[in-house]
Amino acid sequence: MSTRDVLFALLGLLAASAGVLAVVSRQVVHAALWLVTALGALAGCYLVLGAEVVALVQVLVYVGAIVVLVLFALMLTRAPIGRSGDLDAPWQQRVAAALAAVATTGLLGAVLVAAVGGREVDVDAGRSASQPLASSLFGSWVLPFELLSLLLLAALVAALVLSRDPAVVPYPAIPDPSADPDPTPDRAAAVPDGDRR
Amino acid sequence: MIHLALPVLLAAALAGAGVYGVLARRNAVLVLIGVELVLNAATLLLVTFDAAYRDALHGGQVLTLFVITVAAAEVGVALAVVLLLFRRRGDVDVRAARDLAERVDAP
Repeated sequence: MSTRDVLFALLGLLAASAGVLAVVSRQVVHAALWLVTALGALAGCYLVLGAEVVALVQVLVYVGAIVVLVLFALMLTRAPIGRSGDLDAPWQQRVAAALAAVATTGLLGAVLVAAVGGREVDVDAGRSASQPLASSLFGSWVLPFELLSLLLLAALVAALVLSRDPAVVPYPAIPDPSADPDPTPDRAAAVPDGDRR
Repeated sequence: MIHLALPVLLAAALAGAGVYGVLARRNAVLVLIGVELVLNAATLLLVTFDAAYRDALHGGQVLTLFVITVAAAEVGVALAVVLLLFRRRGDVDVRAARDLAERVDAP
């Protein structure tokens, strides 16, 4: 048991228990805060595995942006403060969900431990420093990187469009394709609804 | 030196917790928390195998950065949908939104 093993075991225990508490907690805001703990412990795990930039990005983006968005959504949807009974499905569904969860963990754990479980690897933190990672990211991976910026733009536009309040910014009227493009005053104004098919 | 069994078991545990969160929760935002846990299990596996196999392209770590970015985009749009649902219905219960289908009147 090396130092990295012990550190990873402690951080992993924290991450796993925080993750479990995030999905079983009866208080909504506590669940979001347990998610913060789990993600922070995972950033620590990435540090133990030698991935420094990834750990930093995890804290900045996941903890700093995504969880904040989740908290905003909880506040805007009037999340119940204190214990609430309506957060979980009925017990039958919860038992089925627990079975599915145990099956997922068992399957993943068994397959992965059988594949790589016995190995012990040296962690080379030098390869995960900013310079080599940046050369790789902006060199070999620059095209997916640019596509991702387009994806973020699309997500931004989609979120804006979805959250528009139609009372304040009305949806643009869809032009009627059967209407006369050049109406003259002596034409009949409107076709009655019953005749419009 | 680190035994690979530890990160792998942690990833399996997080994936299981996330699956339970997606299936057992009624509040839409709590379902999203479950999805985030599953994504984090995947990124942990990516980083672990990058540390183990050390490819020249740094594939595991770069893909982890990409997954984090995609997760941010996904959470933004998903929460916009959840807020729209709340505005229309007054609650974010995932089971109560069964009648979201558009009604098509028979001709």
